[in-house]
Amino acid sequence: MIDFGYSLTSSSRISLDNINQKKLKKITAVEPDFLKCMACGSCAASCSAGNFTKVNLRMVILLLNRGMEKEAIALIEGCMLCGKCTLVCPRGINTRNLIINILKIYKEV
Amino acid sequence: MPATLFKTFKDIIADCLIHVQIFKKNILLGYMHFSIAFGWFMLILVGHIEVMIYTPQRNGVLYYPVFFRYFVMETHETLRGSFFFFLMDLSLLLVLTGIGLAIYKRFHSRILGMRRTTKLRLGDKIALYSLWAIFPLRLLAESFTANISGGSFLTISINHLLNAFVTNPDHILPVWWGYSWALGLFLFALPFSRYMHIPTEILLIVLRNAGIKSSVSRDGYAESEIYSCSRCGICIDACPMTSKKRNIKFSSVYFIRLLRRRSTESLATADKCLMCNKCVDACPVGIDSTRLKLLKRQEMHVRSRTDYEYLQSIENKIDATDSVLYYAGCMTHLTPAIYKSLFKILKSANIKYTFLDIDGSICCGRPLFMSGDKESAKELINKNRELIRSSGCKTLILSCPICYKFFKEEYKLDGIDIVHHSVYINNLLTSGNIKLHKGIGSFVFHDPCELGRGSGIYNEPRELLSAIGIVKEASQEKNLSICCGGSLGSLTLSFSEREQIAKSSLNSLLTNNPDKLITACPLCLKSFSTYNTIPTRDIAQIVSENLI
Ligand code: SF4
Ligand code: SF4
Ligand code: SF4
Ligand code: SF4
Repeated sequence: MIDFGYSLTSSSRISLDNINQKKLKKITAVEPDFLKCMACGSCAASCSAGNFTKVNLRMVILLLNRGMEKEAIALIEGCMLCGKCTLVCPRGINTRNLIINILKIYKEV
Repeated sequence: MPATLFKTFKDIIADCLIHVQIFKKNILLGYMHFSIAFGWFMLILVGHIEVMIYTPQRNGVLYYPVFFRYFVMETHETLRGSFFFFLMDLSLLLVLTGIGLAIYKRFHSRILGMRRTTKLRLGDKIALYSLWAIFPLRLLAESFTANISGGSFLTISINHLLNAFVTNPDHILPVWWGYSWALGLFLFALPFSRYMHIPTEILLIVLRNAGIKSSVSRDGYAESEIYSCSRCGICIDACPMTSKKRNIKFSSVYFIRLLRRRSTESLATADKCLMCNKCVDACPVGIDSTRLKLLKRQEMHVRSRTDYEYLQSIENKIDATDSVLYYAGCMTHLTPAIYKSLFKILKSANIKYTFLDIDGSICCGRPLFMSGDKESAKELINKNRELIRSSGCKTLILSCPICYKFFKEEYKLDGIDIVHHSVYINNLLTSGNIKLHKGIGSFVFHDPCELGRGSGIYNEPRELLSAIGIVKEASQEKNLSICCGGSLGSLTLSFSEREQIAKSSLNSLLTNNPDKLITACPLCLKSFSTYNTIPTRDIAQIVSENLI
């Protein structure tokens, strides 16, 4: 490709049709706290794994709500389940149970 | 081997006949168990001796000693007769008092030190009511025939009392039938009821003393644990989750019952548990129910969905050959005041230290391990071990009891001294390396689950605190300490449920109006600070504030 000194940014279009409603229902059933997140980012700021790699729970929740499962999984599979995010979350979300179930429901093995 | 055999024998006598463990909980409750078990045992034993002496030709006939008085005509006039009859009546009386207490306990459990007892199922009910009926009927039956077969103070007296009624032979048979039926019904219902613990507990003691451990939640050892649970319900009162009534169904006794019935619901119960081990500590049978829960989690949860590739890129660049190594862990990184205080203390004692995870920690792996994902936890353990080994340290100080327990048990760091900071600071004090200012403030010490029940450290923190001020008692402390509610052992407890637990724990801690609440765990510190009405401090903080 010829480098013209500028490029196109990748599309940031959100297609809600990509959401797998079945899985989304499943996750809200096992951990209703999923709906409580206000995307404050406290979890990501305090994250142990986030010191070394791109783990970001706030982002994961956002991505799942936008139907971007693959991207979401890539941001959570490095989680060490340490529980710091549970302690800092201002919404009192049981983040560990949420993470366990995200991996269970969304990550294909 | 003889030593193990002897210990096994001793344990069986102490736990199955005398019920020492239950006596320690509550004297009346202990007496209830002791009288029924020991009295019944004596009835069986003396019954057999009687048969051997009086009717040796019937020796070995199983039913003979049970209905001895029905078959044999004897006289209590002889010395032998009066001795054995007295013994039999005495044992019967012992059992009857126990049964009386048991009936009373069903309706007024508080008297026997229990706030709640377990709900009964059909099998339990049949067994329970027939058990209640056996001995009164036996008393009646033996009394009715006491003028023929002989008896002692109890049976003879009743015989005299009801003389006219009793001498009618038509009345004798029905009570003997009643007795026989009650006994038969009990033995029939036994395997389907909680009374299965009577035979199983003996097996459990033998297996335990032989050093056997279970690796799945339903193998032989686990099975013997499951069936040894008497559903006494002691673990219900012990459990911090039951401070709100709705969670009673998550206590260990119900978990074990679900396991026994192979119900799929057992997983949800296992996931709820804080793994605080309070129920295990209280269980008179010594059932390690948290281990069973962990095994359940390991069997049922999906594992190894994690990806820790990134750990490989972390360099082993820490060198601690000439200093002590400090590992804060995730929780202490959330409460940096703890390590800052600790470093201040180390500096004042002129101790060189190296901060292993200064740029953020790799989790010790215990939270992951407790969630049932042993394999993933292994990866974290391996990386951390590599970092620690390559640092060349001799001593490793930890602030978090969760890490401490895990490092001690799973890390296999032979040659490295692993110490919790509360113990380390106390050693500095006793060796004279630090001096503390003693004031008039009063403290209460909260024993973190993993430090107290988990690692057996109760005294060092208290010794240390008594050098600074007055240590007050909590209403439940040391091995009875109530979890702060923050435990990472639970996977599904909600925020509000945790809040309830924290508050009930605080209630117990603040009974004697201390000035400050001191703990030795960053997680407890965090959980309590939110709801506490008095200041909450880590032991390192309070020591550093009082350094001279
Ligand atoms: S539990 Fe996972 S996401 Fe939460 S802080 Fe720890 S490593 Fe980060
Ligand atoms: S801390 Fe809680 S509310 Fe904030 S982004 Fe994370 S999960 Fe959502
Ligand atoms: S687990 Fe132990 S304390 Fe709980 S009911 Fe069973 S025997 Fe009793
Ligand atoms: S370990 Fe603690 S929370 Fe779990 S059942 Fe036992 S007492 Fe209750």
